[in-house]
Amino acid sequence: MLRYGLRRAASMLVSLAVASVVIFCAIEVVPGDPAQYMLGLNASPDTVAALRAELGLDQQPVTRYMSWITGMLRGDFGISYTYRTPVAQMVADRLWISLPLALYALILSTAIAFPVGIMAAARRGSVVDMGVIGATQLGIAVPNFWFAMILVVIFAINLGWFSAGGFPGWEGGLLAGIKALTLPAIALALPQASILARVMRSALIDTLGEDFVRTARAKGLSRRQVLWRHALRNALIPVLTIIGLQFSFLLAGAIIIENVFYLPGLGRLVFQAIAARDLIVVESVVMLLVFAVILVTFLVDLAYAWVDPRLRGAR
Amino acid sequence: MVRHILSATVLAALLAGGAWAKTDITLGMQLEPPHLDPTSAAAAAIDEVVYANVYEGLTRFTSDGSVVPGLAESWEIADDGLSYTFKLRRGVLYHDGATFGADDVKFSLDRARVEDSTNAQKALFAAIDSVNVIDDATVEITLTKPNGALLFNLAWGDAIIIDESDASALETTPVGTGPFKFSNWVQGDRVELVKNPDYWGDPVALDKATFKFISDPTAAFAAMMAGDVDAFPVFPAPENLAQFEADPRFTVLVGSTEGETILSTNNKAGPFVDVRVRKAVAHAIDRQAIIDGAMFGYGTPIGSHFAPHNPAYVDLTANSTYDPELSKKLLTEAGYADGFTTTLKLPPPSYARRGGEIIAAQLRAVGIQTEISNLEWAQWLEEVFRGKDFGLTIVSHTEPMDIGIYARPDYYFQYDDAVVQAMISGLDAITDPDDRTEVLQALQERISENYVNGYLFQLAKTGVANAKIQGLWQNSPTQANDLTGVSWAE
Repeated sequence: MLRYGLRRAASMLVSLAVASVVIFCAIEVVPGDPAQYMLGLNASPDTVAALRAELGLDQQPVTRYMSWITGMLRGDFGISYTYRTPVAQMVADRLWISLPLALYALILSTAIAFPVGIMAAARRGSVVDMGVIGATQLGIAVPNFWFAMILVVIFAINLGWFSAGGFPGWEGGLLAGIKALTLPAIALALPQASILARVMRSALIDTLGEDFVRTARAKGLSRRQVLWRHALRNALIPVLTIIGLQFSFLLAGAIIIENVFYLPGLGRLVFQAIAARDLIVVESVVMLLVFAVILVTFLVDLAYAWVDPRLRGAR
Repeated sequence: MVRHILSATVLAALLAGGAWAKTDITLGMQLEPPHLDPTSAAAAAIDEVVYANVYEGLTRFTSDGSVVPGLAESWEIADDGLSYTFKLRRGVLYHDGATFGADDVKFSLDRARVEDSTNAQKALFAAIDSVNVIDDATVEITLTKPNGALLFNLAWGDAIIIDESDASALETTPVGTGPFKFSNWVQGDRVELVKNPDYWGDPVALDKATFKFISDPTAAFAAMMAGDVDAFPVFPAPENLAQFEADPRFTVLVGSTEGETILSTNNKAGPFVDVRVRKAVAHAIDRQAIIDGAMFGYGTPIGSHFAPHNPAYVDLTANSTYDPELSKKLLTEAGYADGFTTTLKLPPPSYARRGGEIIAAQLRAVGIQTEISNLEWAQWLEEVFRGKDFGLTIVSHTEPMDIGIYARPDYYFQYDDAVVQAMISGLDAITDPDDRTEVLQALQERISENYVNGYLFQLAKTGVANAKIQGLWQNSPTQANDLTGVSWAE
């Protein structure tokens, strides 16, 4: 298990190093100058040059890459060009919204998908199963931003139970924070739950057809006991993969939902930073997201090994 | 910070118990300011939070665009127009308790105009030769040449007066002399200001103001409807205004801005070098169709680069009436009987994206084909504004009184006209208002008759507010949300 873990960790580091170069180069070639963007249409060229010098933009790309990387290794993400505050602080503030939102959505999605998927698989071909197939198909097809707007119209504008968006901050109390994240989390969770329920269902159906299930049944276990004790654990591998992917997606890809609910999350930070060519913020946040995705993949790899001991020796 | 939040909370709790009118307000804005120092960036969102609320200058704009005393109580102009003596208000305190004085004026103006200044409007201070402290409450500004626009220039948000000890931290902790103090900024979400109890002027009616940043137009609509924000002074979706107008809970505020929206033409590119071609473009455009189609009817047609609400404005729209036949004739005369193809590069605002499609269709009708490309702002600044790699583009020039750009041959539309250059440099020397008006009118005519750009419309300020709010600026002489006169009706 330890060797397996170390091998995974090494490949994780290589991925990170490659990603940092790719991110830096991709952002370098994008046209646009943060100094010009900040100073607008009336600024004279020497004012723009003065600001470029102040921001350190007049240095060579290699120098800037090295100072970015070495800074990041020390935990110093630099100072945002436009906001003029430390990037690490900005990212940390945003993470306090994006991370709870992603977790909230993931918990909702899992809490819906597991029972639904298991129920459908256990009663394969029944009316319940058909209903689940139809409902999840719809859940996948509905765009989440549209669903989000419908939620706003019903629960914020008509019923007035929730705010239409925004985030009061955690200092306003845990409940207020959770309340503000509820509609966005539901909007994010619905399509994810639909996907997850379908994966759960088909994985479980596959496992239920395996020889060891028949053996277990032959030993005298009830359908129910076989399902919970043997089939479920074996069906978890594809489900874990999907959960891992979904968490990364929810963390990085919630940007549209963040816009609909004007939540100050990571996605919106990246969006604003790209428009303003706040390159240092874009680089650092994208790097962080890559790190998060790689880390989640790493954890999912470890979870595979926990669920399925055969994988521990595999290459 | 914690203390501020606490005191604000206590205040809010106290007020909630009383039966008085509301004393806090939440305003929606589409863009978040990058930081809160108007002296080192051009972003309109900065002034929309801090102008007249947190910071003040020697003079200031009022809602109708006139310039009135700010931190300067009065001034005297020397007969030769080369020196201005400002009498400063006494007893003015900064939010951190420091006393405002003549040294601060000298520091602030010198900081804005030094060689390595990063002030986005450095040109405003170009005529200043020196700033001299006469005594604690008197400052003399001497000029290298007369500048009739000095008092106007000093009213800009870029010309605010600050204390030297605060200068380096204004971006995140603004300290000014205004009626509101900075209290809290949750980046990405909101900025909060609270009443400054030590303000030198008339006390404001509001105790707290929150600026909330909502970029998505649909979300802005939902936030207004759900009552999360009390007003959206520049509402991002004109298509929703009719719905607000029909709802008694809201008022729709339609006013003027300084934004001349123009079809900028590269005067040094291909066919546009020929004035007949530019004239043909001008006559091919149906302004009203653009205003109706792209702006849902909000906007005033213009025929030159000048704001219609300015007293010196002349209506020159007759120079470029919609006349496709004339347009085709002019193109034939210029040797483009079969038309030509050019680029039309559009920045993100909806006036450009929607207007661009309509203009492309109108130009096609007279034989001019356009290749439309949609650019982000940063790309637009790089390719069009700095690179000058374009045929046509649409942009709103929102700086007040910016006709001076026509005297800059290296400006992106590359108009090089010695007559206009002479008129503009002469204008600086004129302080008599009537003489200035005369020159300004001649300038408008010259630019209009040379068809430098296609003149479309003056951008309207379209805002939505709770019907009980009074005193919001209807017009936008500078991009600001001056809250000094805002209150809730009982």
